[in-house]
Amino acid sequence: MSRKKVLLVWLTLSLLLSLVAAGPVAGQEDEIVIGVYEPMTGPQAAGGELTMQGVYLAHEVRPEVLGRPIRLVLVDNRSDKAESATAVQRLIEQEGAVAIIGSYGSSNSMAGGEVAERAGVPVMGCSPTNPLVTEGKDYYFRACFIDPFQGRVMAKYAVEELGVEKVAIIQDVAQDYSVGLAAFFREAFIELTGDAKGIVAFTAYQTGDQDFTAQLASVMAKNPDAIYAPGYFGDGALLARQAREMGYQGYILGADAWEAPELIEIGGSAAEGILITSHYHPEAELSPASQPFVELFMEKYGERPSAFAALGYDAYMLVVDAIERAGTDDPKAIRDAMAETKDYEAVTGTITLDKNGDAVKDAVILKVEDGEFKYVGTVKP
Amino acid sequence: MTVSLFFQHLANGISLGALYALIAIGYTMVYGILRLINFAHGDIVMVAAYVAFYGAAMYALPWWLAFPLAILLTAGLGMIIERAAYRPLRGVPRIQLFTSAVAVSFLLENLGIVVFSGRPKAFPRPAFLDKPLHVGDVIIISYTPVAVAVALILFGGLLYIVHRTKVGMAMRALSKDIETTGLMGVDTDRVIMIAFAIGSALAAAGGILLAIKFPQINPLMGVVPGLKAFIAAVLGGIGNITGAMIGGFLLGIAEIMIVAFFPQLAGYRDAFAYTILIALLLFRPTGLMGEVEPEKA
Amino acid sequence: MRTSITRNRILTVLALAGFVVFLVYAQTNWDAYRLRILNLCAVYTIFAVTFNLIYGYTGQFSLGHAGFAAIGAYAAALLTMSPEQKAANFFLAPIIPLLRDVEWPFLPALLVGGTLAALASLLIGWPALRLRGDYLAIATLGFSEIIRVLFVNWQRITNGSLGLKGIPDHTNVYWSWGAALVTIFVVKRLVDSSYGRALRAVRDDEVAAQALGVRLFTHKMMAFMLSSFFVGVAGGLMANLISTIDPKVFMFFLTYQIVGITVMGGMSSLTGSLVAAVLYTVFLEVLRPIESPFDLGPLHIPGIPGMRMVLFSTLLLLVILFYRQGLFGQREFSWDGLLNTLARLHRRVTGLWGRTPPPSTVEKGEQ
Repeated sequence: MSRKKVLLVWLTLSLLLSLVAAGPVAGQEDEIVIGVYEPMTGPQAAGGELTMQGVYLAHEVRPEVLGRPIRLVLVDNRSDKAESATAVQRLIEQEGAVAIIGSYGSSNSMAGGEVAERAGVPVMGCSPTNPLVTEGKDYYFRACFIDPFQGRVMAKYAVEELGVEKVAIIQDVAQDYSVGLAAFFREAFIELTGDAKGIVAFTAYQTGDQDFTAQLASVMAKNPDAIYAPGYFGDGALLARQAREMGYQGYILGADAWEAPELIEIGGSAAEGILITSHYHPEAELSPASQPFVELFMEKYGERPSAFAALGYDAYMLVVDAIERAGTDDPKAIRDAMAETKDYEAVTGTITLDKNGDAVKDAVILKVEDGEFKYVGTVKP
Repeated sequence: MTVSLFFQHLANGISLGALYALIAIGYTMVYGILRLINFAHGDIVMVAAYVAFYGAAMYALPWWLAFPLAILLTAGLGMIIERAAYRPLRGVPRIQLFTSAVAVSFLLENLGIVVFSGRPKAFPRPAFLDKPLHVGDVIIISYTPVAVAVALILFGGLLYIVHRTKVGMAMRALSKDIETTGLMGVDTDRVIMIAFAIGSALAAAGGILLAIKFPQINPLMGVVPGLKAFIAAVLGGIGNITGAMIGGFLLGIAEIMIVAFFPQLAGYRDAFAYTILIALLLFRPTGLMGEVEPEKA
Repeated sequence: MRTSITRNRILTVLALAGFVVFLVYAQTNWDAYRLRILNLCAVYTIFAVTFNLIYGYTGQFSLGHAGFAAIGAYAAALLTMSPEQKAANFFLAPIIPLLRDVEWPFLPALLVGGTLAALASLLIGWPALRLRGDYLAIATLGFSEIIRVLFVNWQRITNGSLGLKGIPDHTNVYWSWGAALVTIFVVKRLVDSSYGRALRAVRDDEVAAQALGVRLFTHKMMAFMLSSFFVGVAGGLMANLISTIDPKVFMFFLTYQIVGITVMGGMSSLTGSLVAAVLYTVFLEVLRPIESPFDLGPLHIPGIPGMRMVLFSTLLLLVILFYRQGLFGQREFSWDGLLNTLARLHRRVTGLWGRTPPPSTVEKGEQ
């Protein structure tokens, strides 16, 4: 019996606590609520955390719009689709969000998008690059470019600048992001070289795998000039390490999801020479906003921003910009203003949203040198 | 496929298999005694890696101090988990125990995200484990022979404990019948706790090796290796330590070889592993080395 | 006795009618957020009740729920989606012609999803149900993972990891709770029949059951297929609720959640499964504010993302440890039980205040 009492007491306490927590939120009347849904737990927690660094910083920089304070409400979507839908619904119905930011992981974004579309509340995606996210959606926009563009950029760079003739592709078959990039890279590579045999290997792994030695050994037997592995940074770092340990000498190519301090920390010396496509670099001078952002970020967090943090920052700023131009907190008006975003000077470049709501902007090529991402060149869309 | 490429794959497979084997023997030992599918085993692996990380990277302890300390602390954690989450459930249907293990696993993972952060951390690899070795055309890093040696030594140690010591005898007795063993004057709670301590220590050793092999640690890093170790244990016959050892190496080699021989089917890798497992269970319903025994409730 | 049976029947009919009224009220008046939770409650109820049938009543430790749900979900999604949506979805590789132009109403799509799931369970049950205990568990878990891996790779059927979106949002509370009630009704009738007694005999002692002439394999298989059918239907409901699915939704975590819910409710108690499924879904949402910053008196508590899941897993653990039989154990809801409890409460209350309180209206435990 006493055990049950313990349980009851605990239950009551946690319920009370969440009631207390739920209590005073509806404080100021004139505030504007911007909702954020991100994976803060579950397999994608790292991405959510990186993105939120940027969103929090942006909120500190611009805590007000239209002379009214902005309240930022973050809900965790547990890296889960069903929960993403519920999370967005909650932001709209319970928290009164007039615009929403999210989410890391295109899969989560698609679930949230369906809800937001029906409710008529605009969403600014930070890093979901799957073309399906905004396809057929009037209320979904994004601050990032999409997979087809990025895959093409790297293929072009590899063929024209690096002189790659034989390339091996290793994709994470369980991630839409990776599958999409791999397919578009392959298509563009064949188009540019006119030689389908130039793709000497096309193999795969699954999220959760850490051992890529089998794929690498098979791939290396074909002597490729470059390996393109568009996965996430953790996988990328391990893959680079294992490739170098096995004596691979060629190029290692990745995409924007590799731009995180962890790629270099985990990859160590094997990360040196890695080439990636990404959104910006302070030296690229794509936008005057880049340099101040990096300085502010270093000051607050003591590390260099990842691509996700920069996109989180931009997503917030794009939302605030749209609210300002709309001059009201009416979601429909914000949506219309957002759709007209043109030449906005964001951290990750000068953003114009196209008719699908996707950001059209330049991409940069970065190279890891002496433990840092160095700017190599800019590619226009 | 050339001969040297084949041996390269084989070496890679053994390197991976040693890891699975080490995690699997701890798994299977606990299973043998309590008949508990301890789904938290993989998360204990994770905790050990983090403890070793904080010791080695944050407090700059030398590895020979940080690693044993991590193993010790993790063994302690195993005992606490047993005391708090499994002992109260002795004698109730086993699914309760299983669910309790799942809940412990959820708790460790979510605590891990809150405490350690969800972002992966770079695990420092001791320099002597980072040297490339050339054996003919085959390239391995010096980690591999060390990992295999560690797995074999700990396997031998475990066999010794189980078959040659008093505690081990008590464990074997427990695995046949907990109640009767208790009536014989054995302090069953103490023996089970020791078993958990040993099992967790083995998981910890596995966790540290895992973190060295794949020098990236995150709060969910134990999930997949935990599941793979469980498959290895089933392959060998759950509860059978030698079986788990063989199962671990077999699984590691098979996973590499499937990709090696069918690189275009690499996306199906996990499906193959399970298909082999199911097929094997059809012919030998109790795994490679498992004994046929009456089902316990 | 006879009068009490008649009385109970009337009460059941009244309660059901009350519940239908409640559903109509909810569907017309509740906001989309609450409706979504209400729908999810029904889906999880089906998952838990069917897991209970296969484990709680039949004793077969199957961990394949996520896989069967995936089959039902993909079948329902692909059959109900419009050809235009499919064309937009399959931008990397075209969908196979067989599925390209079909666009079915919801009910047949759900039934096909359920049937396919049942057939898949036949496929895996045929070999696996001969295995015992934990070997069955890993074989079914493996099967469910195989299905997920296949769905990731069959790009021209499932669109692989890109997932499907724009699935029509057919699921509303009538569909979801209708399916949940049918599931409860069918499973309840089954376990109360002679067939159900045979199943329990299999669970408690296979050898004895066989000796008494119970055909072990047939019985296990029937329970397994029936349970998989409803899991498939629930998967379809889920797909048409979220409007988008991909293989990641059906990782083994989903199965663990279902096992957790069922155990919390009590093995061999359908009431328990229902109550636990509802509590589980609602509680996850109720705990949310804990992650946002708030003031506790003079203390300012910063929002710690992830705290909700920590509290939640602690709660799950505590329920398992302290309610070893689950919330309901093997007990079921019955009118006699409820009326007795009410009468006891009534006596206690009147004893306390010495007067009769107003008669309270109590609804059936469905919500």
